[in-house]
Amino acid sequence: MRFIVRRIGFLLIALWAALTLNFFIPRLMPGNPAQAIVANFRGRINPSALHAIEVALGIGGHQNLVAAYFQYLGNTFTGNFGVSTGNYPQTVTHVIGVALPWSLGLLGVTTVLGFVLGTGLGALAAWRRGGVLDNLLPPSFIVISAFPYFWVGLLCAWLFSLTLNWFPSLNGYNATVDSPGFTWTFAVDVLNHSVLPAFTILISSIGGWILTMRNNMITVVAEDYVKMARAKGLTPRRILWQYAGRNALLPNLTGFAMSLGFIISGAILVEDVFNYPGVGFLLLQAVGNEDFPLLQALLLLITVAVLVAIFIADIATALLDPRTRNNR
Amino acid sequence: MSTPILEVRDLQVHYATPHGPAQAVNKVSFDLAPGEFLAVVGESGCGKSTMLFSIAQLLTYPAETVGGTVRFNGVELTSLSPEELRQHRWRDISVVMQSAMNALNPTLSIGAQLADVCRAHTDWSDAKIAERSAEVLAMVSIDVTHLKSFPFQLSGGMRQRAMIAMALLLEPQLIIMDEPTSALDVVAQRSLMRQVENLRRQLGFAVLFVTHDMSVVSHFSDRLAVMYAGEIVELGTTRDVFDRPRHPYSSGLMDAFPSIVGAARELTGIAGNPPSLVDPPVGCLFAPRCAHATDECREVRPALVASADREVRCHLVNPRRVS
Amino acid sequence: MKRLSSLLGATWRFLRRDKKAFAGAVIMLVLLILTAFPSWFTPDDPAAEIYSPGMGLSWAHPLGTTSFGQDVFSQLMAGARQSVMLALVVGFLCTILSVVVGISAAYLGGLIDDGLSLLTDVILVIPTFPLIIVIAAYTKNANFWTIVFVLVFTGWSYGARQMRVQALSLRNRDYLLAARARGESSWYIISVELIPPMTSLIVANFLSAALYAVLTAAGLQFVGLGNVNTESWGTMLYWAQNNEALAAGYPLWALAPGIMIALLGSALALLNYAFDEVSNPALRPVTNRRRRKALA
Repeated sequence: MRFIVRRIGFLLIALWAALTLNFFIPRLMPGNPAQAIVANFRGRINPSALHAIEVALGIGGHQNLVAAYFQYLGNTFTGNFGVSTGNYPQTVTHVIGVALPWSLGLLGVTTVLGFVLGTGLGALAAWRRGGVLDNLLPPSFIVISAFPYFWVGLLCAWLFSLTLNWFPSLNGYNATVDSPGFTWTFAVDVLNHSVLPAFTILISSIGGWILTMRNNMITVVAEDYVKMARAKGLTPRRILWQYAGRNALLPNLTGFAMSLGFIISGAILVEDVFNYPGVGFLLLQAVGNEDFPLLQALLLLITVAVLVAIFIADIATALLDPRTRNNR
Repeated sequence: MSTPILEVRDLQVHYATPHGPAQAVNKVSFDLAPGEFLAVVGESGCGKSTMLFSIAQLLTYPAETVGGTVRFNGVELTSLSPEELRQHRWRDISVVMQSAMNALNPTLSIGAQLADVCRAHTDWSDAKIAERSAEVLAMVSIDVTHLKSFPFQLSGGMRQRAMIAMALLLEPQLIIMDEPTSALDVVAQRSLMRQVENLRRQLGFAVLFVTHDMSVVSHFSDRLAVMYAGEIVELGTTRDVFDRPRHPYSSGLMDAFPSIVGAARELTGIAGNPPSLVDPPVGCLFAPRCAHATDECREVRPALVASADREVRCHLVNPRRVS
Repeated sequence: MKRLSSLLGATWRFLRRDKKAFAGAVIMLVLLILTAFPSWFTPDDPAAEIYSPGMGLSWAHPLGTTSFGQDVFSQLMAGARQSVMLALVVGFLCTILSVVVGISAAYLGGLIDDGLSLLTDVILVIPTFPLIIVIAAYTKNANFWTIVFVLVFTGWSYGARQMRVQALSLRNRDYLLAARARGESSWYIISVELIPPMTSLIVANFLSAALYAVLTAAGLQFVGLGNVNTESWGTMLYWAQNNEALAAGYPLWALAPGIMIALLGSALALLNYAFDEVSNPALRPVTNRRRRKALA
């Protein structure tokens, strides 16, 4: 229990740090972009949009820095992100709300799938040292995991879509044919459009899981308790999962947290390649449109999502490893 | 003697090294009678643990059993398939390892680790498993509440006793022990050995015990085997070997242990180092270090020869008749 | 001098023995030559927009031309410099920072350790790519050193954590305690006794940081946040994507720079993996089939 409380405390500190960074970066950059941006927009857009920007950047009202900072924090926690300047007059919250399900679906599924498949394959590869999996997987995935995510996306788009015409290469659904709704054709269309982005993210991220799990397993399999398990005459399956796998998984879970940031960055680019209407695509659009309220809110969202995922991984670790529960 | 439960003949184990195979166990043969306690002593690296794990069919790369037979109650273990072998494990032969901290799964409770071996080999109900688990824990004086504990929550001595309890679960005929006392202090060592001895008298299992510290076993073992560089150099009853060692290496070993009674004497070690196992000497493996080595010792490898009260591998003890 | 030559000898033997390391090293060497002497390999001026746009493969233009009329092959060769330099510089700076922070935290302990560890973990956990995007957005057309700064700022923490763990486990080893008992100064202990055994970890760190730099910088440039007027593989991809190279039928413009980035990344990843195997021999490839039976 103390372990969980400590972790929550840590994650809250991280959240606070991210927010503070978000607040201070526009101010610390040379030329104070925050003021420049506001000055730039003044007179070009109507007052409520301007106000939205000021809220997002925490400027306005000519307050001193400290007061502005607290106002910014307050706005953040009440969910007041203002109006999206790029998608005026929609509010930031609304815009994000539309894009979020797409990303959640895409990333949620591929991350979990990648983790489960990857650790499974890695465990099996290590279990049969010198076997087919063990000889093929590491070299192939070392190389594949060094490919930039977006390039794999381009390759997939070119190969499977433009050349072979198996899957569509753009967007979340075919807007000329379908409209969003709970219909069967829409669902199929969505699935169709998500295959390539999902495949790209999966292929790029799975390598990391496979390799680390394999390396962990190799170390664990050499441990005395695995030898003991064999001596006890337990079935190979039980040894693989309950003795070796369970212990090899633990460092992987903590690694999961750290690599999540990397996967998210890749996913953002993949969404860009495929014009997939998720949060990543939105982020890049916001950059292009200089839509700062949206940008800040997205940053917060992504940070919170990652922290939540890390928290879940921590709970899983505590469940699997009794040593962490009792804490040192 | 009655039919031995364990018959080892010409057991050979190699380790793969970048310089070629190292002969870790070199044609070892011996028998073990039911209920007998055989101790195998030797310095680090002499191959005793390797031999033990080879007998238990637990070796992994880079170690490999390359020759010999191991018969348990007449069944040839080396020719069994993995699944057949699995049936014999723990029911007939169980293992106690050196470091209980490393030998117990850190993420499972003691109770779970006791239960999974029961489930793997019997069709006992959960209630029966719990009952038997409590029974074996009581045999080693561990409170039954510790079924829920995890290995890191127990003290070193308790963990080692828990391992012994686990070894007794299915009432095996043979328990193999690999230096189970090395990680304990002398008091705990003695206590553990006494417990093992009591249980052995009670339940009648045989023990194959490997250690580098012969003072630990000298009061408990029936027979004593001395190993050097992968070979058994002397094998006889404990008292005989201990009090009147014949092989030069055995005498050297005995002399290295001071006695708490009797006059103080100068301790002598054995000069030199064990031979290379990759490129071993042609003749007797101990010859390079032996104060009494002759030319014959250096040229011809001695065989293990049985005499009235023991077997010894030494030309000086068993001169070869040139015929 | 003797230590250096024995180190080189050991490296050479290592490279020869391990196919992965060898492949990685060869690729790296080729790319380094390309970085140092790009003009040897560029038949045409990469920036000159004088050729007919959108051509496919031909002898004069092995990889075709861009939609602006530039020779793709020349651009590809010239682009090496930016990407490789970025990887090396960021790798180097990140490694220095991780070593300093990690070892200080482990060696000094106490509150300093707590503070540094907290800092490290927080930066580690914050998703940095969106942060980088935002920073790049605010600065507009970030030049080389801005990207370097941003990458180093976000990339050092992973290595620092590893260094700290390793240094902690070494710190209590007997030979270090012996050095302290001898009265050696802290500087001596750190530089002579603590760092050398960590060399393989430090090298592995350098390689991962460089890999991280390559991929992240490519990503930034791809979305147009680098300086789009310089020659680099990432910016080539940016222009290619913006001009629909894939759909328009000259895919090489889009695919070739990606292949080069992938090559650089693979070289780093292969070398990194090979180093893992050096520090942990259990990971080395097992070839004999009989070994598999051992896990019965």
